[in-house]
Amino acid sequence: MDKKKIIGQAEQRWDAIAKVKGQASYTGDFPIRNLLHAKILRATIAHGYVKHYDITEAEKMPGVVKVVLPEDIPATPYATAGHPWNLTPEKRDIEDRNMLTRHVRVYGDDIAAIIAKTEFQAQKALAKIKVDYDVYPVYLTPEAAMAPDAKQIHEGHDNVLGRSKVGYGDVEQGFNEADFIVKRHLSTPVQQHLHLENQIAVAYQSDDQRWFCLSSTQIPHICRRIIAQANGLPWSQVRVKKPFIGGGFGNKQDVIIEPLTVALSRLMGGKPVQLALTREESIAYTRTRHAIDFDFKIGVMKDGRMTAIDCDVVSNQGGYASHGHAVGGKGGTFINALYRADNLRFTAKTVYTNIGTAGAMRGYGMPQLVYALECAIDDVATQIGMDPIQFRQLNHQPDGYYNQFGKTKQRDFRIEDCLVKGREAFNWDQKLAQAQQKTTSTKKYGVGMAAFAFGTAVWPFGLEVAGAHLIALPDGTFKLHIGATEIGQGADTALSQMAADTLGVSFEAIIRDSMTDTDTDPFDTGAYASRQSYVGGYAVKAAAEKMKQKLIERAATTYDIRPEFLDIVANQVVYATDGDLVVTVKDLVMASYYDLATAKALETHASVNIHNNSYASGCSLAEVEVDVATGQVTLLSLMNVHDSGKIINPLLASGQVEGAMAMSAAYGLNEGLVYSAEGRPLNNNMLDYKLPTMMDLPDLDKVFVETVDPLGPYGNKALGETPTCSPAPAIRNAVKNAIGVEIGKIPLTPEVVYQAYHQAQATVEGGIADV
Amino acid sequence: MYDMTGYHEAHSLTDVFKLMQADPTARLVAGGTDVLVKIRAAAPHYADTTLIGISRITALKGCTLEADGTFNIGALMTFDQIEHDSLIQTHLGLLSQAVSLVGGPQTRRMGTVGGNICNAGPAADSAPSLFTYNAQIEIQSESNVRQVPIAQFYVGPGRTILKPGEIVTKIKIAPEDYRGFVGHYTKFARRKALDIANLSCAALIKVSAEQRIEALRICFGAAGPVPLRMPQAEAYARHQPLNRAVLNTIGEYCLKDTQTISDWRNSKVFRDHLVTILPGRDISMALRGDEDEAIG
Repeated sequence: MDKKKIIGQAEQRWDAIAKVKGQASYTGDFPIRNLLHAKILRATIAHGYVKHYDITEAEKMPGVVKVVLPEDIPATPYATAGHPWNLTPEKRDIEDRNMLTRHVRVYGDDIAAIIAKTEFQAQKALAKIKVDYDVYPVYLTPEAAMAPDAKQIHEGHDNVLGRSKVGYGDVEQGFNEADFIVKRHLSTPVQQHLHLENQIAVAYQSDDQRWFCLSSTQIPHICRRIIAQANGLPWSQVRVKKPFIGGGFGNKQDVIIEPLTVALSRLMGGKPVQLALTREESIAYTRTRHAIDFDFKIGVMKDGRMTAIDCDVVSNQGGYASHGHAVGGKGGTFINALYRADNLRFTAKTVYTNIGTAGAMRGYGMPQLVYALECAIDDVATQIGMDPIQFRQLNHQPDGYYNQFGKTKQRDFRIEDCLVKGREAFNWDQKLAQAQQKTTSTKKYGVGMAAFAFGTAVWPFGLEVAGAHLIALPDGTFKLHIGATEIGQGADTALSQMAADTLGVSFEAIIRDSMTDTDTDPFDTGAYASRQSYVGGYAVKAAAEKMKQKLIERAATTYDIRPEFLDIVANQVVYATDGDLVVTVKDLVMASYYDLATAKALETHASVNIHNNSYASGCSLAEVEVDVATGQVTLLSLMNVHDSGKIINPLLASGQVEGAMAMSAAYGLNEGLVYSAEGRPLNNNMLDYKLPTMMDLPDLDKVFVETVDPLGPYGNKALGETPTCSPAPAIRNAVKNAIGVEIGKIPLTPEVVYQAYHQAQATVEGGIADV
Repeated sequence: MYDMTGYHEAHSLTDVFKLMQADPTARLVAGGTDVLVKIRAAAPHYADTTLIGISRITALKGCTLEADGTFNIGALMTFDQIEHDSLIQTHLGLLSQAVSLVGGPQTRRMGTVGGNICNAGPAADSAPSLFTYNAQIEIQSESNVRQVPIAQFYVGPGRTILKPGEIVTKIKIAPEDYRGFVGHYTKFARRKALDIANLSCAALIKVSAEQRIEALRICFGAAGPVPLRMPQAEAYARHQPLNRAVLNTIGEYCLKDTQTISDWRNSKVFRDHLVTILPGRDISMALRGDEDEAIG
């Protein structure tokens, strides 16, 4: 009997029509009576202490209901990172902030708030608050913050907030044996998420006297916990709902404005209060991608075998711990996941500074690591004169490699297939040869590539649980409740496909909900770590299998047929062997509601705790034109090749890959948040922060090396973040191929490239350009 | 959030003068692509503002060509209209090309050339080409009409010679300032759209039958507090042959008149390097349609 496979089909995302028709409601779209509006007063220094507030004028401003100072609300220190709660106290995120503070650690720190009848009135009144500061020295870099005489940014806590070390063998011996040693210092900029919908939350006391928060969050269940902790409330006394959300990219995997919004409503006796950030606030005062500096040292033999890899990492945390050392510290596992070396050492530290707080951002440390690793590896290949794809083929880990740092056997690890397919699909050899021929006096051409390996979800480093709940509806459709969070990526659609596929019903027979509700949706830690279609997929599969079993049992009893003879195909219960119709799912479920003798509604629940990890991999290939007179780099073509197991929905997968490629290409070429010497963000708007336009990007080509992952619930593994890993280094390596200069920092702005090229022209010695 | 205290709609120039008299602190707004952005950002002098909308005044719209060849470009012509106007495309190709690079399609549909020069941003995309065309700005008040060369119109960043009660009505370009000239504009920005120039350069050139430079006009944007013509480079170029060495020397001469600075976007060293590169590229593009290969 031929079953219609719904997994692998380009189903239209279930919310597409609502979004096109303007029916999709986001947090700011819900009408709420008597809504008050809050704005945050932001510090105009980056490090210091507020000695005194003068609020007399502000209080008199029209519409102002209350000026709120730190002393007016709870001051329990709490942590904001969207990690599951940890029962082991020493493994918890660092609780280093208050909702409002007199201790200023970043420019724009939340030092007071104003509640007013309109947002505009709150905004106008902000300017009337006068603030006196004690001003402390500002540390923009880890080096400055680690200086012996540097002040502790968090009193009683060293400015180095986390250190780690992993490795095997003896790297010094490896370097002694090497024919060549390549040393590279590589640095990455502060990238920001620029999700289209800025942070927004509404809070009020609901009719059950609990605290309700409607929020644009990736992590509703974690958000509930952190609101409760910051406000000193029992967790059950907080309810969070998440409607449609306009992107997050990890910035909403941090609980930034919700605790304060609830605190302000509590201060107002439960009246509804909305806090909505502007674009300028969202860029400057929420979270960023950590700027990380890498020192790589790689020993290599003439034949291409690597004798040692030594990598030292310094990660710039900014003013608060947020996700902290989890981001900068994870690199060792993924160097080891991708490359073999006789000896490996990975050391990392994460350091508090006074720039904007860094947190989670799509790829979670991997775009930084892969950029640096793949620049260094590519320079090693250049050093020994080997084709960069061939060098990676020679050195990558084999399928089935046991990664001792990740405590995971990398089953179905298809990097080799990606490299082979990438070379062919990109026309690498032809483009490489043509690049040299096309060169003119000012225009130079080059190709470059980069590879990566990436885990799916966070096991064994963290908790991986998910839940799903299915209710059969009278007409034979099924309502799917999940705790996994749709944030624009298409998770709801992919998880619905999974439910339909397992149940044997059509995709349209699964009904999702735009709202995630911590009261009614099963526990799931949320949208991050490329985990939802994987961990959430197991939960959906389990709930759907149970439902299918219930349906079959009911049919078996009703129609007196042994259950093992039955299957569900295309919304019908049939004889498995020949497809003869027994009963439609619709009639079967209708009876489960209304049959006087046997009615019993069909519902299933599943909770899973997943103890495995499937390693994804892939590569990017890029072709650039470099105008050496101006330093302008034009990206001519870019291709990503992905080993992500089974592709659940090719249309959604393409969307994920294209968006991430754009994000990474701009990371390599143009994006970066810049601070003044005083720690003030200089380009926190969409004009000065150079998010790419469609005109700045070539066609984005993507290829999937599709296999069926032996562990993934539907043969799938990570794809949400993986495409952000390798485009930036592929572009940097293409620029190297074009101009013969190994630039050690991104973004490759015209000035950086021009200076590097001309400095190299002026120097007899080669080596990395220090710009 | 827009801190506006009122809005008046003017339907004629008479309306404008009346409204300006009644509320001398009110601000004129045409397409709003600068004024509204500044109000939202609460820029100095843009808070608590009353606006006088002028975008429906017919007298300020459209473009006419007088019998003697003088162009009259209405102050309310949008960038999009200028880009696509066939007369402007034919005779003032440099201007048409320059304004096609403003922001994005939405900004070009709303933003006006009059607004662009009155906003007096040093990087305004319409300004360098208007400088090279020796444009005359016609300014009207209730009792007076006057014309000033565009080079005298700018006072500093965001500041012009406009006095209270005055409005720019049109931009005039004389036939001798465009006939026989070709030009090209380079907007040096980090994005291909939705961006503002880090440096910009317009070059307008007339070449003699002997393939020598008969006249050259160069104007830089974002190379000083106001758009700047390059008198020393222009004087040097007169009667020079067209070759790579001359183009390079023109670029070097431009450094004598630019006033670049270092800021977080770019260093002065880099900007000065670009100053030497862009005029030659513009000239090559204007004459050969290729920025560096055809001349030399």
